[in-house]
Amino acid sequence: MTATTFSRRDFVRIGVAAGGGLMVFGCGPSTGGAPAGPAGPFAPNPFIRLDPNGTVTVFAKHLEMGQGTYTGLATLIAEEMDADWSKIVVEGAPNDTEKYKNLAFGMMGTGGSSAIANSWEQHRKAGATARAVLLAAAAKQWGVSAGELTTEPGEVVHAKSNRRASYATLAGLAATLAAPAEVPLKDPKDFRYIGKPGQAQRPDAKPKSTGRATFTQDVKLDGLLTAVVAHPPLFGAKVKSFDAAKAKAVPGVTEVVQIPTGVAVLGINFWAAKNGRDALTVEWDTAEANTAGTAEIMAEFRELAGKPGREVRKVGDAEQALSGAAKTVEASYEFPFLAHACMEPMNCVVQLKPDSAELWYGAQFQTPDGGAIAAFTGLKPEQIRINMLYAGGSFGRRANGKSDFVMEAVTIAKAINGSAPVKLVWTREDDTASGYFRPAFLHRVRGGLDGSGNPVAWSHRVVGPSITAGTPLDSPDGNDQAVHEGVSDHPYDVPNIFVDVHQPKSGVPVQWWRSVGHTHTAFAVEMFVDEMARAAGKDPLEFRRALLGKDPRRLAVLNLAAEKAGWGTPLPAGRARGIAVHKSFATYVAEVAEVSLVGGKPKVHRVVCAVDCGIAVNPDVIAAQMESGIAYGLGAALYGQIAVERGKVVSTNFDKYRVLRMAEMPAVEVHIMPSTEQPTGVGEPGLPPIGPAVANALVALTGKPVRRAPLV
Amino acid sequence: MATITINGEAREVSADPSMPLLWVLRDVLGLTGTKYGCGIAQCGACTVHLDGTPVRSCSVPLSAVGSKRVTTIEGLSPDGTDAVQQAWVELQVPQCGYCQSGQIMSAVALITAKPNPTDADIDQAMNGNICRCGTYQRIRAAIHRAAEIKRG
Repeated sequence: MTATTFSRRDFVRIGVAAGGGLMVFGCGPSTGGAPAGPAGPFAPNPFIRLDPNGTVTVFAKHLEMGQGTYTGLATLIAEEMDADWSKIVVEGAPNDTEKYKNLAFGMMGTGGSSAIANSWEQHRKAGATARAVLLAAAAKQWGVSAGELTTEPGEVVHAKSNRRASYATLAGLAATLAAPAEVPLKDPKDFRYIGKPGQAQRPDAKPKSTGRATFTQDVKLDGLLTAVVAHPPLFGAKVKSFDAAKAKAVPGVTEVVQIPTGVAVLGINFWAAKNGRDALTVEWDTAEANTAGTAEIMAEFRELAGKPGREVRKVGDAEQALSGAAKTVEASYEFPFLAHACMEPMNCVVQLKPDSAELWYGAQFQTPDGGAIAAFTGLKPEQIRINMLYAGGSFGRRANGKSDFVMEAVTIAKAINGSAPVKLVWTREDDTASGYFRPAFLHRVRGGLDGSGNPVAWSHRVVGPSITAGTPLDSPDGNDQAVHEGVSDHPYDVPNIFVDVHQPKSGVPVQWWRSVGHTHTAFAVEMFVDEMARAAGKDPLEFRRALLGKDPRRLAVLNLAAEKAGWGTPLPAGRARGIAVHKSFATYVAEVAEVSLVGGKPKVHRVVCAVDCGIAVNPDVIAAQMESGIAYGLGAALYGQIAVERGKVVSTNFDKYRVLRMAEMPAVEVHIMPSTEQPTGVGEPGLPPIGPAVANALVALTGKPVRRAPLV
Repeated sequence: MATITINGEAREVSADPSMPLLWVLRDVLGLTGTKYGCGIAQCGACTVHLDGTPVRSCSVPLSAVGSKRVTTIEGLSPDGTDAVQQAWVELQVPQCGYCQSGQIMSAVALITAKPNPTDADIDQAMNGNICRCGTYQRIRAAIHRAAEIKRG
């Protein structure tokens, strides 16, 4: 789909317009405004609804894709509301940019490890407001001053008269009272849930342990048809002609329709639709298609690496310092395309009617998706309802700048004139071959040391495609931060630094992938620091410490990880440690990996992680996200690569795209730095240090340089 | 028309005999706890039991089920109280959750066969179940915990 050509400003405009029509559909949360009657639920703001049975429903503006955001958002509200955690229910909020925008993006969407950071004030105020109104309701009911009242989880207490009232019994009265404009927030010493391990447990743990959590493919609607699509074999190819006779002969196939992205076969179930799809004969027009493979793409990158690019950082004069250096180090690092490979392949349910569209899916980018749907269907934004379901992973994939799989579902529904609700299901192969990979990258780095082994120059060139180019998120000058973030701001205190970039156009669709630019920049920077340390004859930890004096938080996590890992203490024979530290999404993470060789291949035994993400809202979720980032990043570092040959993706399923499995999971220890800083994200920052930590251990073990990923 | 026994109940199924059990469960019988992940028995998301043995339902045609008893995540316990499910919640295993039905079915089969599994047993029994969120460490701990709960 390439229909979305509106500008970044339009995003905001469409989003605000979409804010108006939520209640058209009648099943959204009660969101304040006119007070409800005494028996009605108490909904002081768009995030909270207290029902007369005591249930507190939290409407989550962010997608739960595993990262624990439902838990985190509800924790912020429950803390200030003094809600009883056992009464908390979390639901995905409907698309409404005005009410549910990500304050960091200005649109409704999830990403950039931003959920807790952007909601920190907003959600605590929402909870505190609810509490203040409940106090006022109890004061009115008992004829006492609100100042004499306190709260315990789920109830208001009047100690003087030894009276208690549950929030449930106060909901009706509270719904008739106005909310105060300003409310005080708790002193952190009074927190019951924030920072307390074991207190705010994941509300989704049980439904996800019983098979009852609803994912997109589990949606049941009357007359629902399943669609499976024959996609082009090459990126950029189009349908020239097709013969549907054999497909239509498959029992259970109901329709075969051409859409902009291929030919869709609809059937009464997946098996019918898939067999129909496989029986299709399609002739493709490949005149405009990409025919380059990974080998040709990397060759182009290598050639570009020899030419000056766009300057993105300059401190001092790196060239002059290099020519005067006592010793120079040079390295090129190559990183492959990577697929997100979420356990749940992309899919989307849509019901299109003449005056409305309703969708059900793991929605990560509601505002742009809604804009694309409106532009294509001609519906008004308020006629489009997006139900946000659980997503079976995303790692960035579901936040697609062109709303690719969503628009595919909508175009299919349109092609059958909305005659039935449609469930688009991608097979694993469809999912992987759809592209939108973490781009391949090449880094060429040169460093200089003085006679004492102190670094005097760092010159760094990054070659790889922009993610935002050609999407509404492109920056006016085309300078995509995702190409160089983590290099253009690397913290090492070297007097002469130069960074430039090339952003070659890519015929292979690319996208953000968990931790975005940091996936490759941390790898290159942290491997190169180790190479410089070796050239200087210094310990890699000591070498880093000497260069991080101006970055105390980074230095602190580095030291904590090193201490907990026993850096410098003896290891069993055949085992070595590697270390790396990186800041991404304002969170600092250091990791130490212990690695040995088994049958000549790296085996990672243990990873010690130290993280500083400001105030730790949910310590167990933070630990889980560090474990998760390490596992995801380790699988990619060891095994991950998408091979493209003559334009065709050949690694399309888990037999050819190797990911981390149980037997390869190291023991992970997570240490959280105590902090009073504002909380920052944890979904992504655990990932960047693991690749270089393992690579550095491998070099320590073998003495051979590592210049590419994957390592196996 | 085939009759198969699912979660202790005989069910009449009218479907193409070549249809994988996964799609019979999901699309014909509406038992959606079992998930589609890869379709080629590589990821384990679709794991169910046939006569107590874990199988990848994406690769078992309906015609091969015959009289074998099928157990799915829905049939493990009426209320999530199987020892493995309890341990999963206690140790906060699930993240995105999409693979967890399959993980749990593999884990139940493991501790039924080996009430006191070692780490090596876990590596072997669970290596066919991919989790992209990387919950492996918690799965390992939860299997040990479930074995403990079961021993009482």
